[in-house]
Amino acid sequence: MFESLSQRLSSTIERLRGRARLTEENIRESLREVRIALLEADVALPVVQALIERIKVRAVGQDVLKSLTPGQALVRVVRDEMTAVMGTVNTDLNLAAQPPAVVLMAGLQGAGKTTTTAKLARFLKERKKKKVMVVSCDVYRPAAIEQLRVLAEQVEVLFHPSSGEQDPVAIARSALDAAKKNFADVLLVDTAGRLHVDAAMMAEIKALHAALNPIETLFVVDAMTGQDAANTAKAFAEALPLSGVILTKTDGDARGGAALSVRYITGRPIKFIGAGEKTEALEPFHPDRLAQRILGMGDVLSLVEQVEQKVDQEKAQKLADKVMKGKRFDLNDMRDQLQQMVSMGGIGSLIDKLPSVNSLPEHVKAKANDKEVLRMVAIINSMTKKERRHPDLLNGSRKARVARGSGTQPADVNRLLKQYTQMEKMMSKLAGGGIKGLMRTMSNAMKGMGGGGFPGGGTMR
Amino acid sequence: MFKFWKKKPKPEETPVPATLATQTSLAEALSAAADNAQLSEIATLPEAGAVASAPAEFAAVEPAAPAAVEPVPAAVTPPPLPPLEEETPPAAETSAPARRSWRERLSGSAFARSLGTLFSRKPKLDEDLLEELETALITADVGISASTELVESLRKRLNRREFADADQLLAALRQALIALVQPIAQPLVMATQHKPFVVLMVGVNGVGKTTTIGKLARRYQQQGLDVMLAAGDTFRAAAVEQLKTWGERNRVPVVSQGSGSDAASVIFDALQSARSKNLDLLIADTAGRLHTQTGLMDELGKIRRVLGKIDAGAPHEVLLVIDGTTGQNAINQVRQFRAAIGVTGLVVTKLDGTAKGGVIFALAKEFGLPVRFVGLGESLDDLREFDATAFVDGLLPGAIGA
Repeated sequence: MFESLSQRLSSTIERLRGRARLTEENIRESLREVRIALLEADVALPVVQALIERIKVRAVGQDVLKSLTPGQALVRVVRDEMTAVMGTVNTDLNLAAQPPAVVLMAGLQGAGKTTTTAKLARFLKERKKKKVMVVSCDVYRPAAIEQLRVLAEQVEVLFHPSSGEQDPVAIARSALDAAKKNFADVLLVDTAGRLHVDAAMMAEIKALHAALNPIETLFVVDAMTGQDAANTAKAFAEALPLSGVILTKTDGDARGGAALSVRYITGRPIKFIGAGEKTEALEPFHPDRLAQRILGMGDVLSLVEQVEQKVDQEKAQKLADKVMKGKRFDLNDMRDQLQQMVSMGGIGSLIDKLPSVNSLPEHVKAKANDKEVLRMVAIINSMTKKERRHPDLLNGSRKARVARGSGTQPADVNRLLKQYTQMEKMMSKLAGGGIKGLMRTMSNAMKGMGGGGFPGGGTMR
Repeated sequence: MFKFWKKKPKPEETPVPATLATQTSLAEALSAAADNAQLSEIATLPEAGAVASAPAEFAAVEPAAPAAVEPVPAAVTPPPLPPLEEETPPAAETSAPARRSWRERLSGSAFARSLGTLFSRKPKLDEDLLEELETALITADVGISASTELVESLRKRLNRREFADADQLLAALRQALIALVQPIAQPLVMATQHKPFVVLMVGVNGVGKTTTIGKLARRYQQQGLDVMLAAGDTFRAAAVEQLKTWGERNRVPVVSQGSGSDAASVIFDALQSARSKNLDLLIADTAGRLHTQTGLMDELGKIRRVLGKIDAGAPHEVLLVIDGTTGQNAINQVRQFRAAIGVTGLVVTKLDGTAKGGVIFALAKEFGLPVRFVGLGESLDDLREFDATAFVDGLLPGAIGA
């Protein structure tokens, strides 16, 4: 039900075709689509509006001709802006304090603070070789302390016992003492989930913060959160000097727009993402990947980059000129294209980068493999120069020879020729298509090989 | 989670029946200070008091010009909420009538605020107003398609000149919203021929399944039913202990096995035991699972198959718990859980924050599954049956909540 941004844009970018530059007028509708896509991904409205404004500023005046399509130029601006908002590099935990470095976890109920505390403990212990102690100040939820105790045991870190009758601040103080006595490098303090509108509870966490003076105060937020992420983040950021954000439950299919909202509103980097039930499922956060995920575009952008880098512009231009002059597209041209496809990392890597391909049936994916391309190149190589220029020459006995020469069956040769005929037809229609025509032909070629539809093809116009 | 023994300061409130007060004050109040956004606060939250809502106004007053050219909803600068809540803690006295409570809890939402600000400005009936309405709906997580549809139908009626002023438009929106959720306001009816009636709780991680079970157990126990709980969350550390604590508090038996045992087998045992003891109700907990984890989703199917060996109809009710702060992902959750185990009802929790579960509208439109309960706060009585009118009125500014 969520269309990817690039699909969304495809209807509005039609009118951008032929324009040399993106202007405020001609991108207005496209920006509306961007806005809807962001909102559907649960990015909070104020953040969406700010982003759109930034995108507008950046996009206007962009040179369309440099890129494949105006739409893709726009999508890239969107991506870049989102990445910029989310921080361009991954930020590590700051533990440069006199041990024990205290890390305080805060967040709403059910955001995943306790689980994340355990994951973080494991991360620090295994990857950073720290001596870690954990403590739970959640005296409210039944068995919350027990939960952390069990998890601490699992990840083999120190656990400071506490009980539901104690005062959270007292627990924190005694844990700090215990951490010093045990020479722990890091003390992770789990807290009870609290609503940001609950003044008493917010006062409590302020008191905890004052008592602990943590070097890191991490705000734990559920990736599935909707528009309210903005309110929550704002309230927590006002109450506490947050130093970072952890995004949890990212292994679902939520777009994670909350990440963008929280990052934008708190101005604090997202330091980790939780991506699974197991205690090792905590990953450092990479802003660019999430930007793409929010837009639902797979890795289309790196595909665009790849195409731009690897497509031999000269050859493409030559082909375009040739087709435009009404000359025939022959098997030599087809071979050039196939080889370019291989040089871009093969169909496999192209397909992986396209959105919605994961929904393709396995057998279709399996069919579209690079061996097929190489075999097609081999078949063309087994032809004489004359045959490549004039494929009509290929009669039964020539086909049999070509098949023998390339180690294939005559049926394979026939299939190749059929695909060639299709491409040739396309090419003749595409006079004036330029590089876009090339792309379309490529996706058609893949269609032929895949035997089925190729949903990503539409994004490559 | 919610606190039993923690008592928050509960200043006495003067329970003004919001509907009455606002109805009478509406006309003169609106005209008296059309550009004063604070008014809507008073109209919305008569018991909050002007002092408490004052800080919130600085953010809200700014777009005072009627029908601003740029759609600038009040939500752009979310008003500082905590000061407001100090005066109206969510844990109100339990004897208060349900309706007032709904209003009180929901009216602090950004949605109500932005609408309140919007309409207190006496805006012109034009495209900008509709756009701002749409924005307000989206900000409440109502979702793009549901919001667009609602606004589109309002636009049509506006073009037919059906509305004389903005209040009529707002009233029409209220009707449309109520019409959207009225069909899904179906309370859970336990057919007495099922003994025990089996309720299975499912949902993604951290939505409040176990807590809701605690509240449900108490609720039905108070209604005189014999309740048993099954600790089917065998995965998360201490989940069994959490449920056992609930059982002890309510003096309800809890059937459990060790952590890591098979959830289906725990619930099967519980059903057998509940049967032999001739209990009325068995509520089974399950581990939180993201709807994208197919292995865990298949486990739900297994629970159903295994229970079917004892009672072909069990579980009689599968409640999917949804976090009220969840955005559009809730739609995917419902879709996947429904496919996996056939969800028969929804519980929407955590509606006492600033998120007001606008996604309920999106869900109503998409699936039409009944919403059995909503969680409006942390105390036991804050688990309410879903009331469409009260819910919508809680979201809308008090002016039209009549």
